[in-house]
Amino acid sequence: MIDYEKCLENPPYSLGKEEKEAFLTKYLLELTKHHKESCRPYEKILEAENVNLNNVCSYEELPFLPVRMFKDMELRSIEEEEIKKTITSSGTTGQQVSRIYLDQKTSMLQTKTLTKIVGDFLGNKRLPMLILDSSAVLKDRKMFSARGAGILGFSIFGRDKMYALNENMELDLEGLQMFLEKHKGEKIFLFGFTFMIWQYFCSELERTGFHPDLSKGVLIHGGGWKKLDSFHISSKAFKEKLRQVCGISEVYDYYGMAEQTGTIYMECEYGHLHASIFSDILIRRPGDFSLASIGEEGLIETVSVLPWSYPGHLLLTEDEGVILGEDDCPCKRKGKYFKVKGRIRNAELRGCSDTYAEGI
Amino acid sequence: MTNREKYINAFVEGLEIAEDKVVGLEYQAIPEWDSVGHMSLVACIEDAFEIMMDTDDIVDFSSYEKGIEILKKYDVEI
Repeated sequence: MIDYEKCLENPPYSLGKEEKEAFLTKYLLELTKHHKESCRPYEKILEAENVNLNNVCSYEELPFLPVRMFKDMELRSIEEEEIKKTITSSGTTGQQVSRIYLDQKTSMLQTKTLTKIVGDFLGNKRLPMLILDSSAVLKDRKMFSARGAGILGFSIFGRDKMYALNENMELDLEGLQMFLEKHKGEKIFLFGFTFMIWQYFCSELERTGFHPDLSKGVLIHGGGWKKLDSFHISSKAFKEKLRQVCGISEVYDYYGMAEQTGTIYMECEYGHLHASIFSDILIRRPGDFSLASIGEEGLIETVSVLPWSYPGHLLLTEDEGVILGEDDCPCKRKGKYFKVKGRIRNAELRGCSDTYAEGI
Repeated sequence: MTNREKYINAFVEGLEIAEDKVVGLEYQAIPEWDSVGHMSLVACIEDAFEIMMDTDDIVDFSSYEKGIEILKKYDVEI
C-alpha cells in the first residue's frame, strides 16, 4: 500500500533530481503494479507490450498510456460502487469525451495535493475570490466537467466567492462593483480559464469601458492556449491586456490535465512552469519515444503519483513542450521547469476553455 | 443559540439536510456532502462563528466529529 500521508508531508518543491527520481520510481512502480492487478484492460495493454516490471530502475522506463485511451476505453481500478465522482474532460461535439473515475481516496488526494501546490504561491490564508466564469458550470454535481472541477478545487483558497459571469455568460457588472466595494483595499484572488477570461472578461471590460482596480489582485488561470494561439494571442499579450483593463499584474498560468487533476504545473514569477514533487514531466521524441534532452522539443509525458482509482499515472499527452532546466530556476523551486509549445498537429481541438469556444 | 446548535444548524443550511441526519455524519457519506456541499458548509460554519479557516483545515474537515476538533483551534468549543 502506498503511504500517501507520508508522501504529502514533503513540501511541493523540496526534492532535488536524485531524491525525486527515487521517490517517483518507488511510488509509480507500486502504482503500476496496483493497476495491473486491479484493471483488467490495463493488464492486457501491459501484456501486449510485453512489459516486465521486475527490472525497472527508473520511472522513466515505465509504460505510458496515450491520453486518448481514456476516451476509447473505460479504465478504472475500482469497483463501480466505489465511484464517487466522474470527471469528464473536454471534448467537442462529435468527439469522444474522456471519463475519469474517482473514488473518495483519490478525490481527497487530489484536493490535498492541489492545496499544497497552490499554497506555495498563495499562502494558506484565504482571500476574497472572484471566479471569472459562470456558476452554471457546477450545476450537475455528480458529473462535472474539468472546468467545474478546476473551479471547485481552487475555491478552497477563496472566501466570499463571487462568479463574475451570470448563467448566460454575461459579465455581472453590478455584482462586480459591489464585490469590489466590499473588499476595497484587500488582496483579491481571481481564478478562471484562459480563453474565457479573454473572451468574457477582458473583452467586456474593454467594450464597456468599466475598468475596475484589481491592482492588488492575483490571478491564476489555466485550461490551455489552443484557442488563443489560433487568434495569435501570446501569453505576453494576454498579460498586457489584463493590465490594461483592470490593472492586475500578478498573473500565473498553470498547465494540467483533467486526467491528472491535482498535480498541476504552476507558472512561477519568471514565467516557467514547474513540476512539483508529486508529478513530473518527461519529453519524448515523436519518432521512437526515447527521452529528449533538456532544451529539445518533443511530446510531453506527464506522470503523477495520485491516480489510484484509474490507471492514469503515466500519460503521453498530445502537447509538445521543452524542458528548460532542472533544480536551477531563479525562483528557487526545485524540480524541472518547462514550456508548453502547443498541441501536436492533427490532435483534436481540446482544452477546458476551448470546448466552450466550440459552442457547447 | 448554543455553539452546538449553531454547529448543527450550519450543516442543515450548508448541506440542505434534515437536522436528525447531522450528528456523526461523514464527508461523502451522503450525496449532499460532496465537494460542492463542502464549500457551502465551510462558509456557513465560518459565518456562524465569525472565523476564517485555513486551507489545510478545510481539507482535513472530514466528519462531524473532526469538525468539532478543528474548531477548537479557533477557540470554538462545541
